[in-house]
Amino acid sequence: MALEIRDIHKSFGPVRANDGITFVVEEGSLHGILGENGAGKSTLMKILSGFYETDSGEVVLDGEALDLRSPADAIQAGIGMLHQDPLVFLPFTVLDNFVLGSPGPVRLDRSAARVELERVSDELGFRFDPERLARGLTVGERQQLEITRLMWLGAKVLIFDEPTTGISETQRAQLFSTLRNLAEDGLIVLFVSHKLEEIEDLCDSVTVIRQGKVVFEAAMPVPPDELVEKMFGKVFVEDDREPAPLGAPVLELSLATIEEGTSHIEDLNLSCLAGEVIGLAGLEGSGQRTLLRACAGLLNPTAGNVSVDGNSLNKASYRDHLAAGVHYLPAGRLEEGLVEGVSIAEHLVLTSEDTGFFIDWDAADEAAQQEINDYSIKGRPSSPAEALSGGNQQRLLLAMIPDDVRLLLLEHPTRGLDVGSAAYVWQRLLERRSDGTAIVFASADLDELLRYSDRIVVFFDGDVFSVRDVADTDGEELGYLIGGKERM
Amino acid sequence: MKILKTTGPTLVSLAAALAFGIALLLLAGAPPFEALWLLVEGSFGSASKISATLLAWSPLLLASAGLVITFAAGLWNIGVEGQIIVGAIAATWVARSLPGPVWVILPATIIAGAIGGLLWALIAGVLKTYGGVHEIFGGLGLDFVAAGMVVYLVLGPWKRTGVASTSGTDIFREPAWMPEFEAFGTSWPVVPVALGLASVFAVWLLLRGTRFGLRLKAVGRNPQSSFLLGIPTNRYILGAFAIGGALAGVAGTVQVAAFHHKLVPSISGGYGFLGILVVLLASFSAVWVAPIALFFVAISVGSTQLDLRLGLDSAYGGVLQGIIVLFVMIGGAWSARRASVSPTARGEP
Repeated sequence: MALEIRDIHKSFGPVRANDGITFVVEEGSLHGILGENGAGKSTLMKILSGFYETDSGEVVLDGEALDLRSPADAIQAGIGMLHQDPLVFLPFTVLDNFVLGSPGPVRLDRSAARVELERVSDELGFRFDPERLARGLTVGERQQLEITRLMWLGAKVLIFDEPTTGISETQRAQLFSTLRNLAEDGLIVLFVSHKLEEIEDLCDSVTVIRQGKVVFEAAMPVPPDELVEKMFGKVFVEDDREPAPLGAPVLELSLATIEEGTSHIEDLNLSCLAGEVIGLAGLEGSGQRTLLRACAGLLNPTAGNVSVDGNSLNKASYRDHLAAGVHYLPAGRLEEGLVEGVSIAEHLVLTSEDTGFFIDWDAADEAAQQEINDYSIKGRPSSPAEALSGGNQQRLLLAMIPDDVRLLLLEHPTRGLDVGSAAYVWQRLLERRSDGTAIVFASADLDELLRYSDRIVVFFDGDVFSVRDVADTDGEELGYLIGGKERM
Repeated sequence: MKILKTTGPTLVSLAAALAFGIALLLLAGAPPFEALWLLVEGSFGSASKISATLLAWSPLLLASAGLVITFAAGLWNIGVEGQIIVGAIAATWVARSLPGPVWVILPATIIAGAIGGLLWALIAGVLKTYGGVHEIFGGLGLDFVAAGMVVYLVLGPWKRTGVASTSGTDIFREPAWMPEFEAFGTSWPVVPVALGLASVFAVWLLLRGTRFGLRLKAVGRNPQSSFLLGIPTNRYILGAFAIGGALAGVAGTVQVAAFHHKLVPSISGGYGFLGILVVLLASFSAVWVAPIALFFVAISVGSTQLDLRLGLDSAYGGVLQGIIVLFVMIGGAWSARRASVSPTARGEP
């Protein structure tokens, strides 16, 4: 029995998430799928588990081409997926979770199911109290319940999507031994991760995906630097930086502890000087957004202090932060930045400093036309935000930044932009920097981080992993750090 | 061309709704064209009928204008019925207890109605912003409370001298009646119509030309972005509730002081819910509220004739109104779908 993935293509609009992916996984193997965010690994797993239909290509299991149109089809075919957040219904008992989604007659035979639960969990070496509410289980136990359920349903392939997020060290060890046992019993286990160490620990073969394509396949072990290079590609940086003269500290965090979801930033000391650019590196969800939100006043640190221009803003509201000259630009341009159905001119009125009750629309249109020219926005004053391209939305957002801003917090400022637009965005941002604005930005693009930052803060697993001066580091080292390893 | 594109589907939907309405009449065994003609004649057939239609138009205009504001802020103000009722109760209280001539009582009842509706709406607003209760549930609950309150008052503290009756309180003394204007052999509801039209105009101006209106629209369309732009979203949500509630409350004043001249259990006249339909049909724009509201009350007022002349239940008017809204919304959804699906995705060349 082998799982063959043959020339899978899947596009979302212009984005080719999977661009001809082909590889084979043999029976009884623990196979790692490695790739940075947006490489296309989640898309591929969703295709395998029936959430997405392919544009072209096929999935072959045991010599038989599968027709996967829904998760039910995938389970029927023997492919089960464990999601990052286990699909467990918290208010249900263990037993009800177990039988949920199983085929069978209308009447539910709980006592038969209980026998089955016991049989399968014994085989796997798990222990459950069938009457316990799922709410009372740890994340690790929820995973075990999911594994039990999928095995009972006859899974031959199990996909684990970043399964070690949010579980303890012991639970992780337990999970890994379970995975090894499953593979020994002849199952195919796909292990999706961005953590190099886990792939090294666990897997006996690996596929690296970058930009929707398979760029590397090998049996483990593989030297980690090779994996890093395959994941991120070669990073070239021209040395054309002209650092601005640095001034007094604008942003200062002292022993700040910030918690949000799985992020837990502990005792962070960091300052950003006037005219300095700090880049936040790390895989998505490693804590960069949490830090930005805390600096913007959307999140209160649980301990320590955050101050701007020497004034503590610890319990201050978001609007107080705005008044202190902090400006936050989140990644979702149309979700968190602009308002659909509201025009360019209206956006500029919303952020202008005029406070008169009535709006002079002629003057507003004129002012908007001025900004449109200044920022080379392709649109008219009456164009609604959603009619603009991503690059033009970002230009509008730049135009909306107040003149007297002291600290700019940016999340993926050039994501999805073409090279020209990205360069333009940075040109405007560097102008701000020269005026003495401190800039902190998160990015997934190593090239961008190395090109524009003075210092880079690397996040891993919800906390700051390392802080590097940009002159003392390079793309290869960042690749290691992002994966949670120091370069040897 | 553009006008044809946007009104074309609406006209098709209206035609479909009319056809469906005719089919219903045929099913009921009524002569369809006579019935439809009765709707027109019953609402515009004589000076007194026109006057009655205008009197019904006014509270609907007020309630709809208020709903345009709450919809602009992204709120489903289902509590509008309760706000009309509480406005009517407040106006009744003033009308019953304040002595003096009409020029004292008229503004006093209008202000009382506005305050009553405003406070009732703010309860729903505070529940939403600070209590996490969705405005649909909060509003619906408050509707029932208000409906209970009015029955209690009519049968209890404010019962008619002699015997309590669901037919209402005692008639107000005449200075508490909204003044009317005599012409063409009938009396015209000048004050209510002026209030209604003024409210629609004010709402149009507020949303079109003011910073408050623009921010309200931004909050309604994307509270997250608006908050990040520095707009105090909760304050704007409460402001929308306050304005919407105040206008609904004045509609309540019109109901007691211009139409019934007393407080009755069914004082809202259903104008709150009808207003929601009007605003949906007007696609949330103040400009279209006045003609659509007129069309709707014409159906309501005219449908009483169906009962008298054809023995059909006057509920047919409400059925027709509902059908029109449903068909127009289906038409809107359908054309939106056509617009968003590209020709290639539809499998067309």
